[in-house]
Amino acid sequence: MGLTLEHVNKVVEGEHHLADISLELASGSRNVILGRTLAGKTSLLRLMAGLDRPTSGRVLVDGRDVTGVSVRKRSVAMVYQQFINYPSFTVYNNIASPLKVSGVPGDEIESRVMETAGLLHLEPMLDRLPSELSGGQQQRVAIARALMKDTDLLLLDEPLVNLDYKLREELLEELQAIFDKRKSVVVYTTTEPSEALKLGGNIVVMDEGRIMQTGKTSHVYRSPATVKTAELFSDPPINFFNGRIENGRITIGQDLAIDNQAPFNTLSPGAYRFGVRPNHLYLTRQQDSDAEIRSTVEISEINGSETFIHFKFDGCQVVLHEVGIDIRKIGSEITAYVNPQKFFVYSEDGDLLISPDGLAPDDAKER
Amino acid sequence: MAQICLDEIAHSYLPDIQKDDEYALKRIHNIWEDGGAYALLGPSGCGKTTLLNIISGLLKPSRGRVKFGDTDVTELPPEKRNIAQVFQFPVLYDTMSVFNNLAFPLKNRGFDKEYIDRRVREVARILELEPVLNKKAEGLGADAKQKISLGRGLVREDVAAILFDEPLTVIDPQLKWQLRCKLKEIHEKLQLTLIYVTHDQIEALTFADKIIVMYEGWIVQTGTPQELFEYPNHKFVGYFIGSPGMNFVPCTAEGDAIRVGNALIPVDEKTAGLAKNARGKLEMGIRPLYLNISCTPVEGGFEVNVKGVEDQGSHRIVSVDFEGETLKARIAENDRVPDTTAWITFPKEWIRLFADEHLLK
Repeated sequence: MGLTLEHVNKVVEGEHHLADISLELASGSRNVILGRTLAGKTSLLRLMAGLDRPTSGRVLVDGRDVTGVSVRKRSVAMVYQQFINYPSFTVYNNIASPLKVSGVPGDEIESRVMETAGLLHLEPMLDRLPSELSGGQQQRVAIARALMKDTDLLLLDEPLVNLDYKLREELLEELQAIFDKRKSVVVYTTTEPSEALKLGGNIVVMDEGRIMQTGKTSHVYRSPATVKTAELFSDPPINFFNGRIENGRITIGQDLAIDNQAPFNTLSPGAYRFGVRPNHLYLTRQQDSDAEIRSTVEISEINGSETFIHFKFDGCQVVLHEVGIDIRKIGSEITAYVNPQKFFVYSEDGDLLISPDGLAPDDAKER
Repeated sequence: MAQICLDEIAHSYLPDIQKDDEYALKRIHNIWEDGGAYALLGPSGCGKTTLLNIISGLLKPSRGRVKFGDTDVTELPPEKRNIAQVFQFPVLYDTMSVFNNLAFPLKNRGFDKEYIDRRVREVARILELEPVLNKKAEGLGADAKQKISLGRGLVREDVAAILFDEPLTVIDPQLKWQLRCKLKEIHEKLQLTLIYVTHDQIEALTFADKIIVMYEGWIVQTGTPQELFEYPNHKFVGYFIGSPGMNFVPCTAEGDAIRVGNALIPVDEKTAGLAKNARGKLEMGIRPLYLNISCTPVEGGFEVNVKGVEDQGSHRIVSVDFEGETLKARIAENDRVPDTTAWITFPKEWIRLFADEHLLK
């Protein structure tokens, strides 16, 4: 089953919750919607499910217009942020409920409940009530119930956000294995770049009700078409500097000049924005051609195996992320090294011109 | 400000305690230094909130005493303990201005106007709230509101400690970095004792000088981020800290090596000695970061099948099958990615041994 949205808008009390959304989700595809809180992720899922009706535009399933068709008449399952279970049903009956409603014979129900419970490690607690389970277990039950029916569309709205960090990591891995086995179109929303990367597949980056970029997840990460997408798809935040290119030579502020080199010499003279990911800044020189960024340490963070150093350069807030522990005192001088070939170059308007991997944004299906 | 001493604390929510496992908090004996930045880290149900409530006075422990400096505060209610608390969701007076929200804890305690004005402005400057001081709280965004909440916790100079209960859970990832940096800066400037409760290892590790890891009512380890990462006292710490957690495989001692299935892994003298004298179930642990993986044969390397590669942006996680166990290795973004076969080696300095889940050292 393929899902298509054509110029969909959702306007609530004069406010555009969704603006001109066009999307095509192929059968069996895994799709992540990445965006900050209130970017429109949930509104979009509700339209896909048929829980809400778009103000304008069409929703098509396999080319058939289903705009306005009720969720009850669609083949869809949804998992919400808040774990929703039937409080008076046991775990077994919670998981079995979608099949019971549709009149599947008892022994088939049992074998399918057991299979799904196995996938989600719920076998030991099938006789318990949801209230006797931890948050993580309750969300597993909700996910198991959503998986029971072989729906064409499986929607998950930040399903792990209320769970412990470590549980998220485990469940995410389990979910991937489960998604791989299904033919449904899977749509999964998140605010976290790292979660999007782990899920892989395709990504839809959203901001303020609009689609910023779509494409293969790893490809969009390495070729964010706009400054906005780069910011949304970076954790720790990507660094941006304002600079100029004259005759292939880059200057950023008073202190940083980088000699003429490809591919920057293909750009006409003028002002540009230079983006560099925190893990492409180093505290030690990596190669002769590295440029030096000198500053003083504002904050340094150690997470056990990695170092994050925050500083300012040319008025911009910068973070450096390096593997290994390198403790630097606040207020001490540092030199950060960067290979200019790792620069993303954006126009002043924020459109990608050059990316380090040489990927053109077009390849990532730019919008 | 004062040192906080938890003297042989234990707590059960049941009135009649029959067995040791009925304690939500087992035996806790811990001293929190004045001016330290601490994190209480653990999964849901590990007892971290119970411990926090005992420090703040919301709960009286079944056993033991709580002391702030020389004062025994075990019997004192929260309002008499000089503790400030910041919660997961901002607790604000929506109709009051930001200034008055920040000033509230001071006005309440009868400080003079001039002092209040000076202190509120100082805290507002650090938190970059100066431009909105005269605005009402209700019109502001989630991050600004949580900043005000943090500010209300920080505004009193006379508190013994400030307790943060998952303060950044509702904040978007990019803003988390900003707010966490602010907290670090504040700690650096104001030298307050900060206790930060979280289930998020990254928040705990980057924020705190010392992390207290809790598991099933026990403190399983107290240490610096580096100590927890490099020498996890317990398998739980190895698993919980680091993403992904430590790799563990069952092993046996064999001369100057350890055996995993058919593979003999050379170890240093100290490790060999530990393995030989170990009792209980012996396991080897190694961090994904330190497991070496190569796309071409290397001397002393073990040939393994690659089960999967996960692109995580700044790095990749490679899963391999080693003697029937899955091991994960972390490689840098630009490292060559192994295809179906790879060779792994175990650097001697990063091999850790665990007997019955406890680190051998």
